[in-house]
Amino acid sequence: MYVAVKGGEQAIDNAHKFLAEERRGDLAVAELSLQQICQQMSHAVSRVMAEGSLYDHELAALAIKQSRGDLIEAIFLIRAYRTTLPRFAYSEAIDTTAMAIDRRISATFKDLPGGQVLGPTFDYTHRLLDFTLAAEGLPPQQLEPAQERIDDAMPRVLGLLNSEGLIEDTAPEDHDDSQVGDLTREPLEFPAGRDLRLQNLARGDEGFLLALGYSTQRGYARNHAFVGEIRVGDVAVEMIPEELGFAIEIGDITITECETVNQFKGSKDIPAQFTRGYGLSFGHSERKVIAMALVDRALRWQELGEDQVAPAQDEEFVLSHSDNIQATGFVEHIKLPHYVDFQSELELVRRLRRGAQCQQSEAAE
Amino acid sequence: MFDNQTPAYNFAYLDEQTKRMIRRAILKAVAIPGYQVPFASREMPMPYGWGTGGIQVTAAVIGRADVLKVIDQGSDDTTNAVSIRKFFARMTGVETTEITSEATLIQTRHRIPEAELGEDQILIYQVPIPEPLRFLEPRETETRKMHALEEYGLMHVKLYEDISRHGEIATTYAYPVMVAGRYIMDPSPTPKFDNPKMDMMAALQLFGAGREKRIYAIPPYTKVESLDFEDYPFDVQKWDEPCALCAARDSFLDEVILDDRGGRMFVCSDSHFCQSRQERGHRGELSPGADPSITEAAE
Repeated sequence: MYVAVKGGEQAIDNAHKFLAEERRGDLAVAELSLQQICQQMSHAVSRVMAEGSLYDHELAALAIKQSRGDLIEAIFLIRAYRTTLPRFAYSEAIDTTAMAIDRRISATFKDLPGGQVLGPTFDYTHRLLDFTLAAEGLPPQQLEPAQERIDDAMPRVLGLLNSEGLIEDTAPEDHDDSQVGDLTREPLEFPAGRDLRLQNLARGDEGFLLALGYSTQRGYARNHAFVGEIRVGDVAVEMIPEELGFAIEIGDITITECETVNQFKGSKDIPAQFTRGYGLSFGHSERKVIAMALVDRALRWQELGEDQVAPAQDEEFVLSHSDNIQATGFVEHIKLPHYVDFQSELELVRRLRRGAQCQQSEAAE
Repeated sequence: MFDNQTPAYNFAYLDEQTKRMIRRAILKAVAIPGYQVPFASREMPMPYGWGTGGIQVTAAVIGRADVLKVIDQGSDDTTNAVSIRKFFARMTGVETTEITSEATLIQTRHRIPEAELGEDQILIYQVPIPEPLRFLEPRETETRKMHALEEYGLMHVKLYEDISRHGEIATTYAYPVMVAGRYIMDPSPTPKFDNPKMDMMAALQLFGAGREKRIYAIPPYTKVESLDFEDYPFDVQKWDEPCALCAARDSFLDEVILDDRGGRMFVCSDSHFCQSRQERGHRGELSPGADPSITEAAE
């Protein structure tokens, strides 16, 4: 005897309990605290804040803990929470030139005002497993304070180039900051302006941008990028409360910024000049901002009169597929029931095959 | 900094501002039947592809007096239908039902109920890809232009190519329809079996695509035609046997594999339709306690 499937509700409840048990793991092992995640998994926290579009270390740590370290799942938790938050106001544009620097490097000049500041970087570590980390409780190495303070003046590398007119201006002179779009409030439509493109890329999946950026370097819309400058550090966020009418600081955020210097042949009307690509991210995420700058520059082909030859230049392709929450949802949804559609296809294929077999046997007679 | 309390969410989860924005999109969609209205789709607490568009539409129209039914593949008891129903029960406290005629709102994925719907009901579809031309032309910029210019030749060529290759139009679900003689519309991945039900339906039909940020609608009593050719008229799926549980011959049947020797049965995909027929005494050949000699299947 066959009984139609029932009990979905009970199965779901039990699956959730099983999941909670798996998340916690062996009870004999101490539970992770949010502080531990914030302090010791800071790159994971940065990524969740950046792609979740919400600057809050503790919430990001909670999401990482709840998602068992599945960062896209954690980003999803943050996005779904963020969307319920009221919007008080838009902040003023942050001033990254006034950043309190942790790290600032340029690949275009050996030395420059403000100097090269290496900061905390994996760049020159040898990737040898450090087995002393496996033994817990070792006292951390103490860093001696530097002899000299970091320069207060840390001019932008691309600004130095611009004083000679060798590079394009950051934004057209008629540009108005208050006219910046917001794709979380309005549906993205094409063609999108550079503001919306950058917002999309800033929320975009690091892996997707990495692959696209890489593709430009391998010849799919190559744009000859140099890292003019990467800076990591804290900037103040300001807003203007309506009743005050002037800007007040509401806090500091840690961000990573990358500006690339890219070649441009020039045209009949414009003498040869360098162009820019731009990347920005919450937290410390250099891979993300470099890839973002490469893709930003590739997407500017039309404005700079270049040929469109590669996927990284295709605005609709890039912007429609960069969001990992959209992507993971749709890719994974094919595990949901599709009995009805599949039944429709089964019926069709059986009928087409019956038809073909009839024709074959008629032909054989 | 965190307490253990569940945050207080607004009625039906979305804030009122967002609901207003969605209602405006719905009104526009009703005013232009079959036209895809862009809307600022929100991130929802379930994944894109799991019905976030339908859920946002339901959240925007649901009121305290509503009675909600949620089905997936025609059934109230598939896991995702259970999950969405639970979500609204928790976020609104409204009454839920499995009885089609009692529901004022029916959110569905991939099916239209077999029972005829009435003027006091709204059918809300979850839509994955709202653009019927998408697989002919991947660019949104192009397809919007094609709709604006009513340039649908490509679709007819595709259907014609099906016929020349297979001898018939080889689209079995998400079968394109023409709404009110103007817009070609994707009916969502419902089987083409359900297409005729959309035509002149008394209930309002709303379609929500969350990831693709589109809402569209068919107002009550609107002409909905499945695309076809005079010499290759539109036709729906038929089964050789009736439902094994309720003996219905006019419903969409799911195939269930019974063993690894080719044994299978066919059973109504609309679980409430099937159950209510069984309650009225209809018996199929695999019904509990059925005597094959008196079942309708044996007739």
